Amino acid sequence: MRRLLFLLPVAVFLAVIAGFMAGLRHDPSVLPSMLIGKPLPTFALAPMRPGEQGLASAELTGEPVMVNVFASWCAVCKEEHPMLMALRSQGVKIVGLDWREDAGAGARWLEANGDPYVRAGNDASGRAGIDMGVSGAPETFIVDRQGRVRYRQVGEITPEVWSQTLAPLMARLRAES
Amino acid sequence: MTAEVGQFALILAFLLAITQAAAPLWGAQRGEPVLMALGRAAALLQAGFVVLAFVCLAASYVACDFSVALVAEHSNSQQPLAYRIAATWGSHEGSMLLWVLILAIYGAGVAWFGSSLRETLQARVLGVQGLIGVAFLGFLIFTSNPFLRLSPAPLEGTELNPLLQDPGLVSHPPLLYLGYVGFSTAFAFAVAALIEGRVDAAWARWVRPWVLAAWIPLTAGITLGSLWAYYELGWGGWWFWDPVENASLMPWLLGTALLHSALVLERRGALVSWTILLCILTFSLSLIGTFLVRSGILTSVHAFAVDPQRGIYILGIIAVTTGAALCLYAWRAPALRTGALFAPLSREGGVTLNNLFLTALAATVFLGTFSPVFIELLGKDKISVGPPYYARTFAPLAIPLLALVVFGPMLNWKRDRVTAVLKRVRIPAGLAAAALLVALVTVGWKGAIAAAGLALAAWLVAGGVAIPARRWWAGRADLARSLRTTPRGILGLSISHAGLGLLVLGITGVTAWHSDKVLTMHPGEQTAFAGRTITLDSVGLADGPNYQARQSRFAIAGRGGPYELIAERRAYATSQTTEAAIHVSPLGNLYISSGDEQDGGVVVRLWDHPLVVWIWIGGFVMAFGGLVSLSDRRLRLGAPARAPARIADPVPAPAE
Repeated sequence: MRRLLFLLPVAVFLAVIAGFMAGLRHDPSVLPSMLIGKPLPTFALAPMRPGEQGLASAELTGEPVMVNVFASWCAVCKEEHPMLMALRSQGVKIVGLDWREDAGAGARWLEANGDPYVRAGNDASGRAGIDMGVSGAPETFIVDRQGRVRYRQVGEITPEVWSQTLAPLMARLRAES
Repeated sequence: MTAEVGQFALILAFLLAITQAAAPLWGAQRGEPVLMALGRAAALLQAGFVVLAFVCLAASYVACDFSVALVAEHSNSQQPLAYRIAATWGSHEGSMLLWVLILAIYGAGVAWFGSSLRETLQARVLGVQGLIGVAFLGFLIFTSNPFLRLSPAPLEGTELNPLLQDPGLVSHPPLLYLGYVGFSTAFAFAVAALIEGRVDAAWARWVRPWVLAAWIPLTAGITLGSLWAYYELGWGGWWFWDPVENASLMPWLLGTALLHSALVLERRGALVSWTILLCILTFSLSLIGTFLVRSGILTSVHAFAVDPQRGIYILGIIAVTTGAALCLYAWRAPALRTGALFAPLSREGGVTLNNLFLTALAATVFLGTFSPVFIELLGKDKISVGPPYYARTFAPLAIPLLALVVFGPMLNWKRDRVTAVLKRVRIPAGLAAAALLVALVTVGWKGAIAAAGLALAAWLVAGGVAIPARRWWAGRADLARSLRTTPRGILGLSISHAGLGLLVLGITGVTAWHSDKVLTMHPGEQTAFAGRTITLDSVGLADGPNYQARQSRFAIAGRGGPYELIAERRAYATSQTTEAAIHVSPLGNLYISSGDEQDGGVVVRLWDHPLVVWIWIGGFVMAFGGLVSLSDRRLRLGAPARAPARIADPVPAPAE
């Protein structure tokens, strides 16, 4: 019996390693989204500041748009932010989903760092994020004219990610009728 | 040329590591002194060659040799020299080389200073270290070669991430690595003991300084990392529960547990197999922590090098080292001599409780960090674990532990009486009650939780000071002698526990009373904030060595003023950073960060962070306490085969 107790660490460790092995099989940089090719889940998010417009999934049609998941507690969002600002100045349409924090924190963060979003909504409960399968912030979904998710970018949009993947995709989506 | 020398040095080090792994393990088994001596020589030589390789890489950075791929990717000629040197470990390959360097240096340390160890034990420790060395040198050479050349060589390199161009970050990774890798020595000792089937007080006495030697830089490194995040990320948080931070916290928690249980093993011969298990797990968490974040297993936005090849190699190393050690443990540990019995209320009991709490805390962080991986395996859902999880799980475990910290060193070995213990802590308890009362009167019932936090801080600081104070009070007849003969170990313990109190003070202050304000300010405009009047004097441009900065100058009056602060927003070639302006004082920091320009003004965010500085003071004080403890004569002398008879302790309670 005592011997079995000493075997316990090995057993737990094997389980952990098996989990990691399975986890290693997926390549996190191209996390396939369950949503690719499907419409965005329906959501209607509260506004960032009282009295403003929120963000609803129904409005995200008509032209290609990037839905960027951010939060003020997310250190990498801070790194990504200048890139988003640059994209905004190039006229790329980006909307923001302020994830898992109260709207005030997100609004203050945007005021301090600049607001790259045409529209932004607050998802304090994280419900919309769960529906979309968000795994962490920052994360960005590319949505086409019909409101379907076409691509999911996990993690920071670096200049390379933009120029090699997202920019060509956005151009293609704009060309689609 | 330099890069090739480095490459050859690495390969030689790899071959020497194989020798270091094979010769002493076999020699110890066969009782061959020559083979064991060969192991020692190999360890020293291996360290020499790894140092050479590291110097070669650093030299390539200093010389701006952009024909080396790594140098071209992580530095350019405009970068200041200090940051070019720091860039040596700013990349995946470079940081792996640093890892191996520290490993080799620790190995050489065991070879050099271990002459008073039992020869077979030393040989086996060296052998295990050699095995770890083989694994990591192999990883470096075969999957992450830092010396790859580029042809044709570019004329100019790219930029090191500007966030990393900071004095804090120059010293942060080496300190963390000193800690992580330091636990490999404890691991090697544990495995060697399992092979020998023998754990004694001499073993524990040898392991403890090595654990301390790892714990001190890890504590300092985590503190420095938190400090860096505070001033560099530009919004004044000091801990983010990010996977990378958690990766350093887990080995710290278990390492702290190990530090305490090794003490019981050394003094009382108890908790033998538990201490061995902790040695294994602490190093294993160091490995998991350092590497899983960069393997792509965790969907971390921080994954440095998402490369499945590397991920598999790393997972293999972790599986083999930890798996083999745990199997050895399951096989050999049941036969280890179990130590002396003790009553639940005793110093040993206290340390056991401490270990239970610390292990539970480490498990909490582990679950929080890795549950996304496992939940994704079970179902299809992806989840993310944020600060709310830790607020609900970590804090409720940490607070009782903090409250119990003071009791531990007050307990007698073997058994104790409740009334006697309570009597011993009456002065810290009185001071804590007084602090609670004063705080409640000042802040009122609404601030009851904050007041309790302040009382906890006072309790910890007073409890820390009480340990040597009780000793001095008992020996007050000859105070000079009593002061002189206080072992450094006791002073270190006292300092570290008091440092924990300072940490609690800082956390309480900033959590309970921080405030902030965002506004757009035009030059000349004034605003009132947290008892200060803040004026934006001017906004101007300034040139740095490799960036352009927009500087906002502020004049602050009232509360600690008048003084001036300059907040910057720096534009590097590829990205921007915010350099917050921070006025530091013991009572609280004023933190100003400047954002974008808007309608001719600047968006300014102001924070008031009461007492926050004590968080880092507390962390560094804890590390300093460790240093004091490490300088104890008992540890410096190492473990004599048989301790000489000790003169009776002048103090009734052996406080340590």
